[in-house]
Amino acid sequence: MPVISPKEANQSDYDVVIVGSGAGGGQVAYTLAMEGIKVLVLEAGRMFDPVRETAMFHTPDQAPLRGEKTPDKQYGFYDASIASGWEIPGEPYTNASKEQKRQFAWWRQRMLGGRTNHWGRVSLRNGPYDFKTRTRQGVGFDWPISYDDLAPWYDKAEMLVGVFGDAEGMENSPDSSPGVLLPPPKFRAGELLAKARAKKELGLSVVPIHRAVLTQRQDADGIPAKLHPGNAKAQGLLAENMRMRAACFYATDCHRGCSIGAAFDSATALLRPALASGNLDILPNAMVREVTLNAADKASGVTYIDKVDGSEHHASGRVVVLAASSQETVRLLLNSKSNAFPDGLANSSGLVGKYLTDSVSSSLSAQIPALENLTPHNEDGVVGQQAYIPWSFCKEQMNGKLDFPGGYKLLVSSGRRLPGMTAATKFDWLNERDGIAFGADLKEDARRYYGSIQGIGAQGAMVPNDDCYADIDPEVKDQWGIPVPRFHWKWADAELKQIAHQQETMAAILESMGGRFSRPPASDDPLKSIKQGGQIIHEVGGAIMGADPAASVTNQWCQTWDVPNLIVADGATFPNTADKNPTLTILALAWRTADHLVGELKKGNL
Amino acid sequence: MTESNNINDRPRIDRRVALKWIAAATSVPALSGVSWGAGPTPEAKGYGPDPDVTKVYQPGDFWPLTFTDAQRKLVSVLCDLIIPADEQSPSASAVGVPDFLDEWISSPYPDQARDRSLILKGLESLDEMATQHGGKDFVSLKPAEQLALCKDLAKAAKTDAKKFPGNFFLRLRDLIAGGYYTTPLGMRDLGYRGNIASIEWTGPPPEVLEKLGLSAQE
Repeated sequence: MPVISPKEANQSDYDVVIVGSGAGGGQVAYTLAMEGIKVLVLEAGRMFDPVRETAMFHTPDQAPLRGEKTPDKQYGFYDASIASGWEIPGEPYTNASKEQKRQFAWWRQRMLGGRTNHWGRVSLRNGPYDFKTRTRQGVGFDWPISYDDLAPWYDKAEMLVGVFGDAEGMENSPDSSPGVLLPPPKFRAGELLAKARAKKELGLSVVPIHRAVLTQRQDADGIPAKLHPGNAKAQGLLAENMRMRAACFYATDCHRGCSIGAAFDSATALLRPALASGNLDILPNAMVREVTLNAADKASGVTYIDKVDGSEHHASGRVVVLAASSQETVRLLLNSKSNAFPDGLANSSGLVGKYLTDSVSSSLSAQIPALENLTPHNEDGVVGQQAYIPWSFCKEQMNGKLDFPGGYKLLVSSGRRLPGMTAATKFDWLNERDGIAFGADLKEDARRYYGSIQGIGAQGAMVPNDDCYADIDPEVKDQWGIPVPRFHWKWADAELKQIAHQQETMAAILESMGGRFSRPPASDDPLKSIKQGGQIIHEVGGAIMGADPAASVTNQWCQTWDVPNLIVADGATFPNTADKNPTLTILALAWRTADHLVGELKKGNL
Repeated sequence: MTESNNINDRPRIDRRVALKWIAAATSVPALSGVSWGAGPTPEAKGYGPDPDVTKVYQPGDFWPLTFTDAQRKLVSVLCDLIIPADEQSPSASAVGVPDFLDEWISSPYPDQARDRSLILKGLESLDEMATQHGGKDFVSLKPAEQLALCKDLAKAAKTDAKKFPGNFFLRLRDLIAGGYYTTPLGMRDLGYRGNIASIEWTGPPPEVLEKLGLSAQE
């Protein structure tokens, strides 16, 4: 079974129809296909082949405009994002407020593999507290599962996709089971300096981050039997796929895509082996409009627009899985209206669209004199993030010493990295000259200061609130006539207080390294430094899971309470954003959901 | 820059004269519609949302370029005033930065369109400043005069980066430096040594760790 056309899809019967091919859709498709279940994946974008279509070693001067961001390529020319971005022609969305600080920016990734092509591969587990913020701190909602419930699937997801990292024993930043993670890369000079100084001056630990990048080949002889016990066919397919993935060669940005398969993306690690099973069809360029119901008000499939010619079609399945990205899934549910569900599908609680959250983020940088004029050497490493400081103030928070509930992690980055347009032009404030540098001065500054700027980025947990949600705009439609989401956004006091704390902590770390600041930390005016909602592209929520059908949209198996054969497998089910990136949790949760679905299908319950 | 490769050897121009040029340029209204036409290029299209990223592109591949011969000559002189050659690395004009600058200001995208009007206006006013001094245009000035003028523009750029012509010189400097340090030779001059596939990555060398007072990694 292969990549198919609408005509071919019409002629087939599927057990499960999945909307979306990213982390959630890819993982469900993988797990089901390996268990012999017939699956159709609909993808709104085109097919994408990371082996042939990535420009890994191209230098900026080989791209138009030195590869800088443009409205056509919103993360730069070489970024593996096709027809994707915050603004896509023909695919509008709206914001209810006109206020600048109340805008939510909605990233869409319209291509095979979805956002797994684009992310930084940071793969951290939610901690035990992140699942129980209501019980522990009296804010937000408890998930209907605990960390221990999900932990086995975290291990499985990490073994499948390949994640490097270390065991640190940090409170609420869990370690993996022994033998699961691959070895982390060595630190860069600036990361080592940050580690030494932050520990000595502030007692903070800079530790290896966890990322879905192979620092060595996966154990193709051992892992498949652990992930698919008793399933010889699945073991063989996975082993074959693992042997096709090479280890990182310590060059080139993962955001460009990885033609050697060292960095995880859905097409490389999930969809390729699933296709090889013969149980998966992929239908690209299919923009799903709504979920359809049968006479018994059970999900029967989806209607979609074939973007190639604009025609409308239907795909049928016994089960429908939505993994279109959290807010696209919300849009689909709200646009699927029927007599049984006049306010949108699976919305008897009225909570579809509610509790949209994103990472609470700000950044700060400083120039570090100790890092000037270091002997030039290769600082690429694994190119992206290598070091971070996990949230270190759980106890202070519980003792009431902090005035906000959410933790945050600090991403530390430094070194001479592949230069961009601003590599040598941010140094004028570092000297007393009466003019900006040019001529010999400019060259001298560039050689002296490049690589001496230490940046820190904070990403924190957000408490869900009543002001942040999505509904359907009553008037605006996209180019296919599908009503579009309308976002409502307002940062709450808890998040702004967290930002002030982030700024202070980052300033203290940079000061411990001897940093010089071009601008002071913005702890007095957190609204100024907080990144916009949607800017970090970690948005989740809108169909939250829970233990009570009146207070949530899905159960712990991500089945909607109202329609048991309708399942949500992306970030929409997250009751809150943790200080960890969502993708690894989407993978683990999707796998757990798919395992349960296999059982239900085998029992004939769906 | 044939007279001298060392900018310190060159005679200094009277500072008051140079400042007068700048004042004159600031007072010249619009300056548009003369010859160089500082608008966006309305007919040009971008590369679209799905370009083939594996190809190697040259300026002019996606949209038509702008510079006349005279502008190109002026930009080349400016490139080498802003990034001259020295014993370690070539000048900006030697690695194709004038072409890059032309590509940049000719681009149909909004950010570059803003730069287009500023840069074209600034280039025009440089010649205007040169005529205030009795020269034919900027490139005909003696290198020392060109340098002095740039020094005063650099000062204006640091004093008030939002006001013309300081904002022009700042943007020009940033674009030329950006274009230069994103070429392989420019990247090397910055001390960048990556973008090379390796079996392993061993972290910083011992002399770097020693300089930072750090012990070797495990």
